[in-house]
Amino acid sequence: MSVRLDGTSLVHPNGHRALQGVTLALAAGERVAVIGPSGAGKTTLVRVLGTSLRPGEGEVEVLGQRPWELDARELRRLRSRIGTVHQSPPIPPRLRVVNAVLAGRLGTWSAWRALASLVSPRDLEGAHEALARLGLADRLFERCDRLSGGQLQRVGIARVLYQQPALILADEPVSALDPTLADEAVGALVAQCEASGATLVASLHAVDLALKWFPRIVGMRAGEVAFDAPASAVSRSMLQDLYASEGRGLPTQGEPLELPATLPAPLLQTAGCR
Amino acid sequence: MATSMAVLAPPAQAPLHDPAAKARLGLALAALVVLWPLLVLAEFKPWLLFEPGHLSVMLGFVAGFFPPALSPDFLALLGKATLETLAIATAGIALAFCIAAPLGVLAARSLATSRIGPGPGQAADTAVRTLVRGVLAFLRAIPEVVWALVFVRVFGLGPGAGVLALAVTYGGMLGKVYAEILESGDTRPARALLESGASRTAALFYALVPGSAQELASYTVYRWECAVRASVVMGFVGAGGLGQLMDQSMKMLNGGEASTILATFLLLVVVADALSVSIRRALA
Repeated sequence: MSVRLDGTSLVHPNGHRALQGVTLALAAGERVAVIGPSGAGKTTLVRVLGTSLRPGEGEVEVLGQRPWELDARELRRLRSRIGTVHQSPPIPPRLRVVNAVLAGRLGTWSAWRALASLVSPRDLEGAHEALARLGLADRLFERCDRLSGGQLQRVGIARVLYQQPALILADEPVSALDPTLADEAVGALVAQCEASGATLVASLHAVDLALKWFPRIVGMRAGEVAFDAPASAVSRSMLQDLYASEGRGLPTQGEPLELPATLPAPLLQTAGCR
Repeated sequence: MATSMAVLAPPAQAPLHDPAAKARLGLALAALVVLWPLLVLAEFKPWLLFEPGHLSVMLGFVAGFFPPALSPDFLALLGKATLETLAIATAGIALAFCIAAPLGVLAARSLATSRIGPGPGQAADTAVRTLVRGVLAFLRAIPEVVWALVFVRVFGLGPGAGVLALAVTYGGMLGKVYAEILESGDTRPARALLESGASRTAALFYALVPGSAQELASYTVYRWECAVRASVVMGFVGAGGLGQLMDQSMKMLNGGEASTILATFLLLVVVADALSVSIRRALA
């Protein structure tokens, strides 16, 4: 089991109940997209899996370990095996792209190696290769504040590719990218997982992107799992129920989604929709 | 989009009020109530400045400063004292930095991995932070001139005592402000690195320092400037430099020399300012 939540609930300090009795299990190497309206708890779910938030109730198991029962050293080692792509990339503007990418392996580097690499970057080929997979190879020595929002988001993805974690978490990883680039970026994450056997959990805004790249879809609404189904079994009515509170069409990044009104939607129906 | 928002809005809405307005008015009034007695207690009577008798006394004192002393002998003495002051201030700040940097990093909450979750070791971490903040407060609570008087007893009269006194007091000041700068910028990059297993040192240099290098440098240079001025006080306890020269000139009621020394201070402050601007530009 790569990831397991059992009856997990989380109340934020401001009293907002973000997760309510979530139960979810992922085998190693599985790829799951988490979709749902804004405020449904997608980000909180990703952060709980990334050991960034500690749930008030229920169990969490990540990569075979219960993070909140570990001591500091073991927790650090566990965290170095989890890579998170953030919606707004947490990269300081004055850092160079090469160091922003190499920072992915800080969890396994010694302090000395980390400092030396700031002066003279240690693994130029590694950083270059990770950036090349996202079409940013020529930006290696640029400063991050010279990049556009979409380029910076891809640097954040390159950092996680370079980290080569056993569990990749992505919170709206392509929100700043146009449909073509978004497709390529999610494709790069998926390819990495297929090559390394890593598990991938991504919260996505665009339903078509989720259905295209992920064999399994978890729909979240009001902090609860509304459905957890293979992509081929996701129907239009399930999605409409999920997004009913938003009072508008299904969020996609390309054309409006074409799904049959009833079960089952044929696999990769969305491939032709862009 | 527009239609759905319109549906959500209530049909008739009461006028909107800023919920923070009352609290702000209350705070402003409270500040006045507290400040007025403080001004009275401090015997703050600015009008005394402009009474005819006082004005002429002051003008007489200031007139004693002109013309500035420019004799070659004095200028040679001044040059040597300026170099001494610069040496004291620079050595003091360098030592202060060595005290402040590790303590500031230990005191910064933005680098505490145990606060994520919270995770293991939180109690110990909080205890260390509180202890370090206490040490920093102790170092800077005692004025540098008192430290100088203490160190003079050990090292004898001379710059050494001044350097150590500056190092201790300014170490406390720099450490506190470093910690606060490291906490006040964008702390998400550091947190993201800690969450992927990075050490405190790695998170410091890959996330916080690139984010706040300008502020850290500018505050350090400003403290160096303060150290140049503080060496005057040190001079009064025999620590050498411009302070000692100033002490002698004032005791001999030589206003001309005093004004040349003050002009030197002005020049040093301007230089510090230019230094700060160019360092900030280099780090921008």
